[in-house]
Amino acid sequence: MRIELERRPAHSALFSALSPFIALGLTVIAGAIIFTIMGKNPVAALYSFFIEPLTEVWSLHELAIKAAPLILIAVGLSVCFRSNNWNIGAEGQFVIGAISGSIIPIVFYEWHSVLVLPLMIVMGMAGGALYAAIPALLKTRFNTNEILSSLMLVYVAQLFLDWLVRGPWRNPEGFNFPETRDFNASAILPEILPASGRANFGFVFAIIATLLTWFMMRHMLKGFEVSVLGQSARAGRFAGFSANRMVFFAFLFSGALAGLAGISEVSGAINELQPVISPGYGFTAIIVAFLGRLNPLGIFAAGLILALTYLGGEAAQISIGLPDKIARVFQGMLLFFVLACDTLIHYRVRIKSAVHANAAGEGA
Amino acid sequence: MELTEAILFTITTAATPLLLAAIGELVVERSGVLNLGVEGMIVMGAVVAFVATELSGSVYLGAFSGVLAGCALALLFAFMTLTLVTNQVATGLALTILGLGVSGMIGENFVGQPGIKMDTITIPVLSSIPLIGKLLFDQDLIFYISIFSVFGVSWFLFRTRAGLKLRAIGDSHGSAHALGITVIRTRYLAVLFGGACAGLAGAQLSLVYTPQWVENMSAGRGWIALALVVFASWRPLRVLAGAYLFGAVTIGQLHAQALGFGIPSQFLSALPYLATIVVLVIISRNKRLTLMNTPASLGQSFVPDR
Amino acid sequence: MKNALLTLTAAAVLSLAAGAAQAATKICFVYVGSKTDGGWTQAHDIGRQELQNHFGDKIETPYLENVAEGPDAERAIERFARSGCELVFTTSFGFMDPTLKVAKKFPKVKFEHATGYKTAENVTSYNSRFYQGRYIQGQIAGKMSEAGVAGYIASFPIPEVVQGINAFLLGAQSVNPDFEIKVVWVNSWFDAGKEADAAKALIDQGVDILTQHTDSTAPIQVAAERGIKAFGQASDMIDAGPETQLTAIVDTWGAYYIKRTEALMDGTWKTQSTWDGLADGILQMAPYTNMPDDVKQMAMETEAKVAKGELHPFTGPITKQDGTEWLKANEVADDGTLLGMNFYVAGVDDQLPQ
Repeated sequence: MRIELERRPAHSALFSALSPFIALGLTVIAGAIIFTIMGKNPVAALYSFFIEPLTEVWSLHELAIKAAPLILIAVGLSVCFRSNNWNIGAEGQFVIGAISGSIIPIVFYEWHSVLVLPLMIVMGMAGGALYAAIPALLKTRFNTNEILSSLMLVYVAQLFLDWLVRGPWRNPEGFNFPETRDFNASAILPEILPASGRANFGFVFAIIATLLTWFMMRHMLKGFEVSVLGQSARAGRFAGFSANRMVFFAFLFSGALAGLAGISEVSGAINELQPVISPGYGFTAIIVAFLGRLNPLGIFAAGLILALTYLGGEAAQISIGLPDKIARVFQGMLLFFVLACDTLIHYRVRIKSAVHANAAGEGA
Repeated sequence: MELTEAILFTITTAATPLLLAAIGELVVERSGVLNLGVEGMIVMGAVVAFVATELSGSVYLGAFSGVLAGCALALLFAFMTLTLVTNQVATGLALTILGLGVSGMIGENFVGQPGIKMDTITIPVLSSIPLIGKLLFDQDLIFYISIFSVFGVSWFLFRTRAGLKLRAIGDSHGSAHALGITVIRTRYLAVLFGGACAGLAGAQLSLVYTPQWVENMSAGRGWIALALVVFASWRPLRVLAGAYLFGAVTIGQLHAQALGFGIPSQFLSALPYLATIVVLVIISRNKRLTLMNTPASLGQSFVPDR
Repeated sequence: MKNALLTLTAAAVLSLAAGAAQAATKICFVYVGSKTDGGWTQAHDIGRQELQNHFGDKIETPYLENVAEGPDAERAIERFARSGCELVFTTSFGFMDPTLKVAKKFPKVKFEHATGYKTAENVTSYNSRFYQGRYIQGQIAGKMSEAGVAGYIASFPIPEVVQGINAFLLGAQSVNPDFEIKVVWVNSWFDAGKEADAAKALIDQGVDILTQHTDSTAPIQVAAERGIKAFGQASDMIDAGPETQLTAIVDTWGAYYIKRTEALMDGTWKTQSTWDGLADGILQMAPYTNMPDDVKQMAMETEAKVAKGELHPFTGPITKQDGTEWLKANEVADDGTLLGMNFYVAGVDDQLPQ
């Protein structure tokens, strides 16, 4: 018996719509099996994992806080990936964005002004974009593989932050502990609805970025250029598009959004710099981008779902004593199922008997 | 032990897991597949090798189980990317996340327990050569396998028909298919080989490097292995050199610190990553050199049309 | 009618109160690492288990492990505050500001933060005088080391770690004035591979005794392999090197957790800054092993003296690394200076990362 794929003449609209739901369903079933093996009640476990976090208002705020950086980064990455540029280093751009955005509240900490916050955001985006420009420059000038150079730069950025926070930017009143000064009030991103929870305007940025990117990809020439160059650099050249310029556009775009995510997180949720400011948002966002099938609106939903797995993981840890690793297993499984189900959109799956396959196969 | 000899010995221990994982990934990439899940396969190899050793009492059975665990994850990756033609980058990342999560669950009750260390196998006569004798001929089995794998893979790729076919597939799966080469099956085998090597690299971590299991003990080595393959421009002997160079920089910065050089340790820690970028640039600048060795269909999915 | 209603309501309130009194008190823990890490977090979890065993059914002790510092920590702490925890222990330095933020929102819940320096009306900080144990280790090293050089695997240059390095060296110099130490910073609390590499590098450079301010057992394994002696950290690591470990600083938080829970229950809980040491049982030395009897004798005497307060490790005369005088003869360092310690004493072969 062998499995064979046959390319569909056109994308299957049915599976296009159904595939994320099939994937989610399969993940839930697989999850239930794992819980049963671990000796936990699968219904209770799934409830505390996926439903419980949605039943309280404060928890919805937390969901927004967790989802905002994932969505911002992933939306940027979707443009990058669609143009066939593999920026794996969003984590580093997030960190550098946070650092450059924090220059004002840390170095000029006495300056109170309404200008502070907008400037911080601009500087954060610029920092992220510039850091992302390094792999773009290396790729266009020296043909250096961007997956590896952007990844290596993540570690460099993290160590740079570590050095800053323990060294020159350490809070002089902080007993030598590794953290910077607290941001003053004019450098803190306000909360959306302070009465009910602490979600901040980072989530609003995520919504705006999602809509603008969606509009660009759908209705603007730039979006068309991204898709064409992404599918075939040759075809793009015939259309008069420059592949090198696209490399820069994609990296700067995704870097700027990662930087925005970084400064929003620091200004809105942490209010100071610490040696580590991201629990791997830049990497998780890659999953979010693919879960959302590189479509900004899909990414928005995917970001919320992934944020839910983190919150659910905690809820399940407290209420039924599941280990914290289960959240990662869920994320991995969900992505596998989504990728597998997406195959159904482009291909028909045929299961053939061995004899038949030998005759008609690839000459095995 | 003499200082130089001792330092070199430490470097071999640090370089071996990188070398093994990278040589496996090299074969995978030569066949035109990009598996970013090396980190996940290493960490699964490490946990399964440790647990199997604890349960059976035999390090060799443990190491073999680690190899099988690496293969199991690789098989999942192969099924996804080769049979279901999913995106290789995304699938590889998913594999890493899954590996890190599942390994944490498997190893939960074994964290921090002192394990059994794999004994060295002393090769008589040769091991008494001054300076290099102990270094090369008084080591554990995994070290010998890692060195052997470099020359084995080199011979296989450039001296055998099967190796030629594998390279042909990596360069142009379409043409290879037209010539009647079994693209998918060869790639399956290459990916499995990569998984076995990564699994063995993991076993080295939990049985030789630090004989214990701790969560995420691969500590980014899978990513470094991926960088090494490109660093080596897909040539096995250069992977050997690269892995040892990387090991040397890692160990060297610790020695620099112990000697009391006053450089911020963060800069020293960043050195290996910066070095990799620099070498990447130097190698890829030379287009002719890169193109000669780069598998042209790297990362592209292949669906045979009949 | 009105009266009857009132009585009913009162009865309902009373029975509710009674029900609440019978329900278990929730004492909650937020961990930065895995509860089986063999070091820091495991020591806290053992403390939690002791607490649970001490009070039995009267309390519940839910915990969250591997909580990242930053916004995740704030959420985890808030989750506990909302779910009816009356006392929340947050066990990592990086949880300090999130703890204070949540504490502000939940004035009725009590919080205790480990190893920080900020407190509030309902937030206590607690810490252990690890340096007392380091001093004893240093004395042992001074006696046991033939080379007169010890290797120190350090995590991050924060005051707590610098205190430890200085205390260790002062202890060693008290028995061998020429004693030196070499320091390697691994920039991690827990990275078995890096710690093992650092241990090997130090041994290759000629140190013949190892100590660590990182949490994995890898350095002890390396020391065992190379046949030198070493000290354990945070938990008793004797299993990793039965013939290697001389002693270990064992964090025994259980006593403190029980004391504070008792205070909560009888209503005497007050905010404070606790910095306990050997005397209070928050810190213990693992059995002194693998050393001659006279060294063991000396170590035990020092331990007793430190516990009784007769000996303070930071007693002058002490010179700083740069040659300036820090403490005059018989002058004792004040806690403020110790808590912000950012300089080495003379004899450290390293430059303190600034």
